[in-house]
Amino acid sequence: MFGRYLRRELGNRRRQTVIIAIGMALAVALVIVVNAVSAGVKDAQSQALASVYGVGTDITVTATPQRPSTAGGAGPQQFDFGADSGATSSDGESQSVSQSRLEVSRGSGTLTAANLATVQKTSGVSSATGVLSLSNSTFSGTLPMFQQGQSGQQGGFGPQSGSGSGTSDSAPTGGADGAGGSSFGIDSFTVLGVDPTADAVGPLSAVTLSDGVGLAKTDVGKDVAVLDSSYATTEDLKVGDTITLASTSFEIVGIVASTDSSSETASNVYIPLDVAQTLSGETDALTSIYVSADSASDIDTVQASLEKKLSDATVSTQADLASTVSGSLANAGSLVANLGTWLSILVLAAAFLIAILFTISGVTRRTREFGTLKAIGWSNRRIVGQVAGESLVQGLIGGAVGAVVGLAGVLVVNLVAPTLSASVGSTRGGFGGMGGGAAAGAAPTAAASAASGSGSGTDEAAGMTGGPGFGGGMGGSSASTTDIALHAPITVWIIASAVGLAVLGGLLAGAIGGWRASRLRPAEALRSVA
Amino acid sequence: MYELTDVTRVYKQKKRTVTALKDVTLTIPDGQMVAIQGPTGGGKSTLLQMLGALDRPSSGAIALDGKQLTKLGDAKLGAVRGSDIGIVFQGFNLIPTLTAQENVETALVPQRVPAAERARRARAALESVGLGERTDHLPGELSGGQQQRVAIARALVKEPRVLLADEPTGNLDEETRDEIMELLEGLWRDRGLTLIIVTHDSAVARRAQRRLHIKQGHVRDVA
Repeated sequence: MFGRYLRRELGNRRRQTVIIAIGMALAVALVIVVNAVSAGVKDAQSQALASVYGVGTDITVTATPQRPSTAGGAGPQQFDFGADSGATSSDGESQSVSQSRLEVSRGSGTLTAANLATVQKTSGVSSATGVLSLSNSTFSGTLPMFQQGQSGQQGGFGPQSGSGSGTSDSAPTGGADGAGGSSFGIDSFTVLGVDPTADAVGPLSAVTLSDGVGLAKTDVGKDVAVLDSSYATTEDLKVGDTITLASTSFEIVGIVASTDSSSETASNVYIPLDVAQTLSGETDALTSIYVSADSASDIDTVQASLEKKLSDATVSTQADLASTVSGSLANAGSLVANLGTWLSILVLAAAFLIAILFTISGVTRRTREFGTLKAIGWSNRRIVGQVAGESLVQGLIGGAVGAVVGLAGVLVVNLVAPTLSASVGSTRGGFGGMGGGAAAGAAPTAAASAASGSGSGTDEAAGMTGGPGFGGGMGGSSASTTDIALHAPITVWIIASAVGLAVLGGLLAGAIGGWRASRLRPAEALRSVA
Repeated sequence: MYELTDVTRVYKQKKRTVTALKDVTLTIPDGQMVAIQGPTGGGKSTLLQMLGALDRPSSGAIALDGKQLTKLGDAKLGAVRGSDIGIVFQGFNLIPTLTAQENVETALVPQRVPAAERARRARAALESVGLGERTDHLPGELSGGQQQRVAIARALVKEPRVLLADEPTGNLDEETRDEIMELLEGLWRDRGLTLIIVTHDSAVARRAQRRLHIKQGHVRDVA
């Protein structure tokens, strides 16, 4: 009787059933789409973060950035060339100069090996490894042979390209003093010193080896390098070639690519940590420590412990890092988190309210019916069960329709697969522009092209004789931009929870409606309609 | 057999107190056909609700076959209604979404009668009221008289000892009224029921063995 009565009621009160089911379906569909897109955005954020911080990294510890030095003289971002720095050309009118420097990115602070040991000893830390993020800058080009004694003129030399590479092959021509012009090139790329003995966590845990071999434990102390595949392609480098870092030749032993082919890895070049520290003169220094916690539930505790122990460092969890993801991915994340979630809650609340109001209205309309059933001996429990059953089935119909509509919506999202760009702040050093200050006595007149970078150099090469001084501002941290196609994953859990919400809505409406029906006293129910 | 002793029923309507029944003492033997008459608001329906175990008196005692209804809880009162008392309403009170047979079957649900037997007994009850051909009709597809026949079948399908009818012919024309009364009288005679009918209609009341008049909560036998 229960099933027949229920079927007849739903069938004969079709309008009410359809309205409640539509409300529930909309809510369920919206919840499914929002949850799936939200999961997709989270995956994309993890993907973007993994390309920089590595898979398995729960926490990163970075040194608090230092204010760049603005003192005059030969600062760390400055290339100095003396009178005898280059090779004089055969005609004696120009000299070729080249200088390579490997140093910590401007503005980056450093941690120490002792800090790493502290992290490793912290309770809840599964593994930790340190890296040293460096920037290799090579200045090379041809300078005119300057005549001493001429009155100094201020001039500026800018790079031909802010972060380009290679020297100009065209001969310098036309100097004010007739000695010929100048041609310079700046080559800059990022170098990451990684510990070859620890590969469980860190940037290299998120890469795949596309050629050669990775850095092995036996590579400690060796001049070997692994290149990012994008960088290797750009520079036309392959396994077996050499790359020069701080005037030292490194053998390229492997090429790595991001697990997500659309993005780059954390650095252009990877070398053993100890070698990076030696070449950069930063003995025992680290720029970041990558930490893996014993379990996800320990992350917050570990973060708090590390913040306490390393008060000068910045300790960030993946959740903190997710907030550093910017670009359209962040916008999508924000849209899903704000509009999507609130819209879901709103529609869900509206659907629940509609279901409850319709059920209450139905019970009120059926006062005589329920009064009659009570009069012929139906128990309260049976009547409540009947009302709750009807509401539950309405919720289930809505849930089923909503699941289908929601899945269709997710399918559309996955077919369209909107591409989201994610920018993640990283420790890669970008090379800024150069500002030039000619040394006393130099009279360069070659037009200085404007630097497009963000750095500015104001250093004066005072005290130099016979050669120009160049002060170049290195860009600080740069952003790694990744294009990620949004994929909204559907899990059984998402569907089950959405349908569960519809069932909950039905049960809630049924419980309230049933409660009202149970309160009807048969005599009053019959009297109220007499 | 009904035994009512000093039954009083007082309602509170906002700030007003209404005494619907006042010290009613009454005995209705098994198998009697009783008509209850009286003016509107005199307490007819209240008395029927007391007899039908639909309500409890404010004071006094009601016993059905020795069972004190006033001392039973809601569930047990429901069980008494489900097994011993059949009720026919003026407005038929059929469930509009269920067919005639299904409406009749609802009366067997409290007794947990198996579905097949329920269907069989419902069809038999409908045949006994002359609606064997209309078992699959919805109430909306039946005339007033036919609907009341379905209601009578519903009241009788559980084979109660008492049949209470609240203005059973109030919504019917004269011809149909007579048909329904003949049906009720026939069932009363055939089944040995106690039949208690509340009615305004003297023509209906005159058919009863005993006539009670109720006015301002007081009940008296009409000679």
